[in-house]
Amino acid sequence: MKRRVGIVGVGQTHHRSKNTDCNGQELISIAVKMALENAELTMADIDAIVIGNMDHFESINYVDMWSVDGSGGYMKPIMKVTTGGTTGSAIGHAGFYHAASGLFDTVLVIGWEQNSESDTTAAISTCFDPITEREYSAGAIGPLAAHYIAYMSKYAATEEDAALVSVRDHNNAALYNPYAHLRQTIAVEDVMRSAYISYPIKLLDMCPRTDGACAVIFASEKKARKITERPAWILGVGDCHILVHLADGIGLANLPSLEIAAREAYEMAGITDPFNQIDVAELYIPASTAGVSWMEALGLCEEGGGPRLIRSGVTNMGGKLPINPSGGVLATNPIGATGLLRIGEAALQVMGKAEKKQVEGAKVAVATGFGGCFWSDVTVLSSLPGLD
Amino acid sequence: MEKVGIIGVAQTKYQRYNPASHAESAYEVTSKSLEDAGLTIDDIDNTITVCNDFWDGRTISSMTITEATGSHKSPTTNVEGDGTYGALMGLMRLLSGLHEITLVVAQSKISEGIPSVITNAIFDPIYERMLGLDAINSAALQMRSYMSKYGVTEEQCAKVSVKNHKNAKANPYAHLAMDITVEDVLKSRVLADPIKLLDTSPISDGACAIIMARERTAKRKHGKPIWIKGVGHCADAYHLGDRDLAEVDALASAAKRAYKMAGIRSPLKQVHVAEVYDAFSYMELMWMEGLGLCGRGKAGAMVDSGLTEMGGALPINPSGGVLSAHAVQVAGLARIAETVLQLRGEAGDRQVDGASTALAHGIEGACGQGHCVFILGK
Amino acid sequence: MEQGKEAIKPLSVKYIADMPYKYHAGYYYSRFLRELRDNKRIVGVKCPKCGKVYVPPRIVCRDCFVKMEDFVPVSDKGTLLAFTVTNFSYVDTTIGEPKKIPFTAAFIKLDGADSNIVHRLEETDEKKIKAGMRLQAVFSDNRTGDYFHDIDHFRIIKDM
Repeated sequence: MKRRVGIVGVGQTHHRSKNTDCNGQELISIAVKMALENAELTMADIDAIVIGNMDHFESINYVDMWSVDGSGGYMKPIMKVTTGGTTGSAIGHAGFYHAASGLFDTVLVIGWEQNSESDTTAAISTCFDPITEREYSAGAIGPLAAHYIAYMSKYAATEEDAALVSVRDHNNAALYNPYAHLRQTIAVEDVMRSAYISYPIKLLDMCPRTDGACAVIFASEKKARKITERPAWILGVGDCHILVHLADGIGLANLPSLEIAAREAYEMAGITDPFNQIDVAELYIPASTAGVSWMEALGLCEEGGGPRLIRSGVTNMGGKLPINPSGGVLATNPIGATGLLRIGEAALQVMGKAEKKQVEGAKVAVATGFGGCFWSDVTVLSSLPGLD
Repeated sequence: MEKVGIIGVAQTKYQRYNPASHAESAYEVTSKSLEDAGLTIDDIDNTITVCNDFWDGRTISSMTITEATGSHKSPTTNVEGDGTYGALMGLMRLLSGLHEITLVVAQSKISEGIPSVITNAIFDPIYERMLGLDAINSAALQMRSYMSKYGVTEEQCAKVSVKNHKNAKANPYAHLAMDITVEDVLKSRVLADPIKLLDTSPISDGACAIIMARERTAKRKHGKPIWIKGVGHCADAYHLGDRDLAEVDALASAAKRAYKMAGIRSPLKQVHVAEVYDAFSYMELMWMEGLGLCGRGKAGAMVDSGLTEMGGALPINPSGGVLSAHAVQVAGLARIAETVLQLRGEAGDRQVDGASTALAHGIEGACGQGHCVFILGK
Repeated sequence: MEQGKEAIKPLSVKYIADMPYKYHAGYYYSRFLRELRDNKRIVGVKCPKCGKVYVPPRIVCRDCFVKMEDFVPVSDKGTLLAFTVTNFSYVDTTIGEPKKIPFTAAFIKLDGADSNIVHRLEETDEKKIKAGMRLQAVFSDNRTGDYFHDIDHFRIIKDM
């Protein structure tokens, strides 16, 4: 890496299922103002803006241009990046590259979504091939459900294992995250009793539809050190968009894109023993079932070891490797922002600014994004500029 | 800025209805640009796709072309904006030092959807959409503003259309190559006054790919890398009423940044050929002013003088420009591809002799709200 | 004049747009759809380098990145890899109406194919479905080459 880049500020809205009191632009401005305050900067300090969301949720074309009033981007360089569910992490990476290129010093990255404005599953379903796959792919939910069937068939995983993930993330949000959308304290029985929306995924296994925004400020090393004493350094990034045809991804029990993206990011960061070197993880887990079946892709356990890892409790707050202190995607899902929230929350952890969610002494964090045709992004962050 | 060179380019022939699917078109330009660069897909270590959900009629539009562009084999992302923005993203990935060779692929099939509905979605859902605004009638507002403020005439705009359609005859990729007169343009059907049919770009399907590499790799892999000397991008206000539609401040800001990086103080003298995004005839005049080729309101006179014709002091759009082929999102990347061919001396019948510095430009949003400018050199 | 947020009762504005698209099937899907319609046959395309057969057919082999041109028929029987029974309705963007529920999405590997397809399974009781079951395609009587409808659904092959 030629130029180090660090995150110096994070902002987000209070996520809700329906933000009736502000429109999209106003929603964005709330997150932007908070990030600027967090970093003690003004709009004049921002050199470039990257924004992302999923078009068909709000039915606005060219959101980079539309958002100018809310993003503060008037007469500034603005670009839009969108890759579906991974949009949040893709824009985070884009912001990183803006600063790492040396062309821009301070970059504002904004992810947002007003999911209440549309039929989310209908919109997501249009990502699948209209001729051969769209008809029977129920948005994000159907494919994730089928994916877990493949995992359960191959390894001894159960619906109860998934329920444990749901309990962990929901309770974290309830206890520690005042910004989260869903803040419910639940138990395994509550999950198991909730209705099937797409077998084997039940209502309490699935992420909500949320209106919300997140803003994260990236800065090149020299600038970052001037702005804050403890930036969250980006040590590694990896993006992997491996498939086009949904059915090809479902046949597999695991998540190759996450494996590949993690390998790239870990290598860049110098992580060789993820379970022991990572202090906290903010993972894009859109359904509790994924919280079981995707852990091995990150190198956190052996193949088929998801159930054992979850049942052991090490991923709960207070455990060796807390996952989703913020409550994760199961508690809050404004899709364009969700991946960025993972990066932002991970940054707050290593900056020591995570307040009630803070994992004591967290120095190395990993954030992931998921979306599209089983695609993944991985980011490694640290309070240290290098792991050596 | 570290030197980054463009070492491969490819375009499809632009046409109204290309029976090939998105993936098939994307594969065509991916494999052709690799051939042009003398590389295989395994040499590419990161990919930028440029796809738009509205034009493609599906969410996560980049998913259609993932395998066809080989972007499943390397770190990849999707820029939803004009192709020039995609090229900028690819450039930034290389400048970070984390990658060596970037492939940028843009594609769109405008003939699949209904452009007026799709461009109506650009406008504010609460205040503006129900007025029926779309790309054409908003451009009409801008053309009228511009002509009223500066006294530019419909004839001067028509001259751009005549020039560009004629230039397209020398471009095997162009969609609409024709010999027309100013009279033809003025008599053509009015779409939204003062915009007439022959002032407007066509509905085209197409794709374009470029490959760029960091200096050492570019020099090693290719005999004629074309260097990126400068780049800038900038966005104006959003609501049409918040802008002075006759002015080009965002473009001026983007161009200023690009010129500074490239060491260009006098663009008219130092740029030898330019490919600008003329979605409508009047736009070429406005962009000339934003690019500082002449003073504000003076582009009409410059067009009259013939300076921007083939053979003139600064030919603009030797390829025929966007008026001759308009696959939205692709067209800006195509401007870069065309200037690369110019600087390599491989532009065939549309070659501008001795060109060693070129300008490529793309726009974003309604009435050119956003602009991205590239300066390229030998 | 009243000031402040408390003075305003928020409104929302409904926006419904008809966004018709004519998706170009492209050469590969066109062949696939024609074979379904005219010959009641499912075809894939074979990579000249690694021999993998892709259904539905597409232009480039994912692993070898070479253009494929060799169309081959595959069986109308296959193995169920995974499935889900969807129990919530949402707008089917193809017809603009809510989807009929429940429906079972089946992810299937047809015999002879190296890639998978997704289609509808007749059975909607998840207790009666298991990954690994053998399935049979059931063609429509009225085949039009429109979407994947020329195969109406798949059914479970019951052991004799």
